[in-house]
Amino acid sequence: MILNQFLLLAAFLFCVGVYGVIVRKNAVLVLMSIELMINSVNMNFVAFAFYNDNLAGQVFALFAIAVAAAEVGVGLAIVLLIYRNRRSVDLADLSEMKG
Amino acid sequence: MLAQNIVFAILAVTMGVSALRMVTTQNVVHAALYLVMVLAGVAAQYVLLAAEFVAVVQVLVYIGAIVVLFLFGIMLTRAKLGEDGDLDNDQKWLGALVSTFLLGVFGLTLWRAFGETSLDLTNSVAVGASGVNTARIADSIFSDYLIPFEAASVLLLAALVGAVVVARRD
Repeated sequence: MILNQFLLLAAFLFCVGVYGVIVRKNAVLVLMSIELMINSVNMNFVAFAFYNDNLAGQVFALFAIAVAAAEVGVGLAIVLLIYRNRRSVDLADLSEMKG
Repeated sequence: MLAQNIVFAILAVTMGVSALRMVTTQNVVHAALYLVMVLAGVAAQYVLLAAEFVAVVQVLVYIGAIVVLFLFGIMLTRAKLGEDGDLDNDQKWLGALVSTFLLGVFGLTLWRAFGETSLDLTNSVAVGASGVNTARIADSIFSDYLIPFEAASVLLLAALVGAVVVARRD
């Protein structure tokens, strides 16, 4: 096994997440893609924790999971508020800041 | 050694395909279920890397809580269940270009930096199953990382209160 197997898999998942954030119009799907990116970063943390034989990476991954949970809670609340005000979660319609 | 490689390959292919389907499927609920596949694959990779506690937390928090939150979000925003056909904007090619370029940069950098640095996974799963790492993580969270731990709990409380305030009806 080589370290790069895990790192390249994580890089691939991250790039797929970036694609989802750029392409998706539905706000819930964009949040899901962000979760994919956070997960790939966590995988890097754990891979390096194993590589360096140091548990700090695993602890950091746990904190990242906690922060991701908080992020999804607030993010979905914001999406629900947008839905209640506009009857749609289409990000292409949210263009008030366009001037 | 060979067994770990086979497990890794199967997991990697499943995760890659599920991730790609997640960002291309035209069905919102299917996207959430593909996300479950990817998250479960990541948990299995954690087991392979002797991180059994992170793997269990991943299953509990991500698959158990966050995906359910996503399904609630899909339900409450009355997304069309079934094929929608209107989930992507017209930046598909730009998005594909950007993410392919990013993958190229990542791949090149990682390969230059680590090359074929080997990882000895011969008995990592056994180490994980013995629970040694869980004990060591518990020790370090409640000694070295006590203040970040308390900060994370305050953050979760703040996020909970914030979500209630934002989503309340009045």
